[in-house]
Amino acid sequence: MGYEVVIGLETHVELSTNSKIFCSCGGHSSPKEPNDCVCPACSGMPGMLPVMNKRVVELAVTAGLMLNCEISRYTTFDKKNYYYPDLPCAYQITQLNHPICTNGLVTVKTANGARDIRIKQIHMEEDAGKLVHEGKFSFVDFNRTSVPLIEIVTQPDFRSAEEVLAYLNKLKSMFRAGNISECEEGAMRCDVNISVRKEGSDEFGVRTEIKNMSSFEAIDKAIRFEAQRHIDALEFETEELVQETRRFDDVTGKTFAMRNKETEADYRYFPDANLMPIIIDDEWLEQIKAAKPVEVDERAEEYRAEGISDKEIEILLDNSKAAKLLDDVIALGCNAKDSAAWILTDCAGILRKDGQSLNELNISAEKLAAIIKMVANGDVNRNSGKKILIAVVEDDVDPVKYCDEQGFAKKVDSSAVESVIDKVLSENTKAIEDYKNGKEKAKQALFGACMKELKGAGDPALIRTLLDNKLQNI
Amino acid sequence: MNFYATKISDKGDIAVDDTLLVKDVLCTAGSNILQGFTPLFSAEAVTRLVSVGYTISGKTHVGEFGLDLVGEFSNYSEKTDTLKGAAAELVKEGKVKAALGVDVNGAPRRAASISGVDFLKSTYGTVSRYGVVSTAASGEAVGVYAKDAVAVGEIMSKIAGYDSKDGTCQNNEFEYDYSATKDIKGKKVCIITELYEKCDDAIKAKIDSAAKILEKNGVQVDRISSDIFSLAATAWQILYTAETCNNLSRYDGVKYGLRAKEYKNIDELYVNSRTEGFNFLTKAVILYGSDVLSKNRYKDCYDKALRVRRVVAEQLAEILKTYSAVLTPACSAAEYSAYNIADAFSKVFGELEFTAIANLTGNPALVSSGVQFIGDYYKEGDLLCLANAIERMGE
Repeated sequence: MGYEVVIGLETHVELSTNSKIFCSCGGHSSPKEPNDCVCPACSGMPGMLPVMNKRVVELAVTAGLMLNCEISRYTTFDKKNYYYPDLPCAYQITQLNHPICTNGLVTVKTANGARDIRIKQIHMEEDAGKLVHEGKFSFVDFNRTSVPLIEIVTQPDFRSAEEVLAYLNKLKSMFRAGNISECEEGAMRCDVNISVRKEGSDEFGVRTEIKNMSSFEAIDKAIRFEAQRHIDALEFETEELVQETRRFDDVTGKTFAMRNKETEADYRYFPDANLMPIIIDDEWLEQIKAAKPVEVDERAEEYRAEGISDKEIEILLDNSKAAKLLDDVIALGCNAKDSAAWILTDCAGILRKDGQSLNELNISAEKLAAIIKMVANGDVNRNSGKKILIAVVEDDVDPVKYCDEQGFAKKVDSSAVESVIDKVLSENTKAIEDYKNGKEKAKQALFGACMKELKGAGDPALIRTLLDNKLQNI
Repeated sequence: MNFYATKISDKGDIAVDDTLLVKDVLCTAGSNILQGFTPLFSAEAVTRLVSVGYTISGKTHVGEFGLDLVGEFSNYSEKTDTLKGAAAELVKEGKVKAALGVDVNGAPRRAASISGVDFLKSTYGTVSRYGVVSTAASGEAVGVYAKDAVAVGEIMSKIAGYDSKDGTCQNNEFEYDYSATKDIKGKKVCIITELYEKCDDAIKAKIDSAAKILEKNGVQVDRISSDIFSLAATAWQILYTAETCNNLSRYDGVKYGLRAKEYKNIDELYVNSRTEGFNFLTKAVILYGSDVLSKNRYKDCYDKALRVRRVVAEQLAEILKTYSAVLTPACSAAEYSAYNIADAFSKVFGELEFTAIANLTGNPALVSSGVQFIGDYYKEGDLLCLANAIERMGE
């Protein structure tokens, strides 16, 4: 008889806001020096009061809507007491009694099928700072204190590491698409609760918690190791399982128990009197709902319907910036499929040459749309369009002006093309003969000669059609 | 006697208790733990007064974090045989026009009562707590000491009003009314017999005299019985100690203020710094507060106190439907003598019955002529008018 692994997840996600959760400190996502983004409030000085960042509430509600949660109309903050030098007030402001979202549901798909994961709750809280140890000394960096987080707590509904990873990847795609979080390495941290039981059993086994992992790879490895450790303990009585908190060591690939002292604290939670209860009324909720981006699955379907390939959809769902750009150029009247290729092939290619990724793409939707339209209308050929794109991406030139300057836009009508073809044909009778004798290459040479004559300004498709016609009539 | 912890200007007309911050001026809140702490900003109330032309004279001594009777347990002031509040005495002597204080546990009201000056604890949320060295956020309020009700009203009208830096500030549309000279004829006031009976004769005489003057001015004075003041004392005792325990936990020796010289690890740094930094009363408050918040006690103590808070507020509101104010003592005696610090906890708790209700429910309370008026939310004006009538008759 086999064993079943049972897993529940607590995921901390750093929210993408301009300022911290209870003060106006900004720039915390990319500080230059330790304690760069710190004020009297987030460094725990007397006299400062926390003031709620409204955007945090909106992002938390958006996350809740994406995970099909009930949104609390009345939500409050509590203080969690513990001493640690990276926690300036010696308490963390979090939510215990009235979290912002409850009772959600999300479906994850793996090779073994789909599974519904129930979300117990989502709550808002502030992050702690960071300690830097150097020799005999420890230094405190408060840049990260009071950075807004949401913690998403699931029920013990996962049955494999694959499902956990599928869930985390789904959160990542959703939150990026919704501008809730960049979900970069370290901005998403997980505590994994894991137990093992005989297949078919209704009772849960002894549960252990693996704390604070931020890479998906580590989470995967930790779950596999820990599950096997539980199974060995049950099957071969290698050890007695106890409910405890453990850490995963990346180097050895093993988990180990943390000191008990760290796990048995009484946090003396109580309501924070400095923060009034937040009331989310119908009007505000409707506003947040209206601003919520389309669901990932729904969005993938839309892209697919537009003829965008699965490979491209995958990149778009993972890259909110590219997806936003695509949406914008479509809104400006460009064809979806073409536009996707322009962004994901051409733009990405230009960036790759400079060792950059799509994330660093910095082109306005208006300029890109202008180029796409010039090509689509046949004003310039695709090659010229690409040259214009390079100039726009690298030097941010005005595409129309640049096109004029470079002489790409020389409008060549079909009669002009026709006369050029006639000229080329009259000068290349040998090639015509070769073609008639079945040499396809000869036609290609004629086409090249026409292109050369037109100095790249002619529409290749038009030239090809006209050339074919002429050749057939000779 | 030197009333100032830090003197700023001889020409100043406003003194500020050392539980409120003044930018770049040493602020210790009477505690060793904040040794050498200089704030980067001023309290909103201070900023508002300065912006309309007042000058700050200096920072006045307070008992450690304002938790004692009237200021007897400052780590920086001289010890005296009879206990007096520094800011209240400065006002009494006419050295300043007014002073700002933080009322978390009634200390400024008791001090005003003993010195014979006025102190108004404003309605919770009318004066920004930005810049208050916080102990119990849910009930502490910035208030004004002055020689009479008119002067209190003048200063209050300058500091009251919404401040975006304090999330608990009331965002009211209306103008606060602190005029002290309106007619009080036809108003009703009640004396709580339980509280009256607990005072010494000197205080009883003050209540009687106040009642007589009010009656002469056409005010109906009734004597009623109510147990909500003692209920309030117990509930507030639980809440303010718990909140104080939490708010003082930031003073850990890591970031600013006192750090113990001897320590081998981070735990010793915490323990030794806090052992040296806090006095007996503060430690007692911290321990008591820590206990009522602990897992085993939370439901029976803290949670219940929150429920009692609501019940008391409702019953007080009921009384204030009939009466413009409750007329009570602010303390049990007209004078406090020095006492042993080991008794501090019971002494302070013993006096809570007179003052705690206003902190617990957020109602305004005005001390004047040695008596206290407790009134309805935002009705400070009514209290000032009653006090003003008594003050004028006394002359």
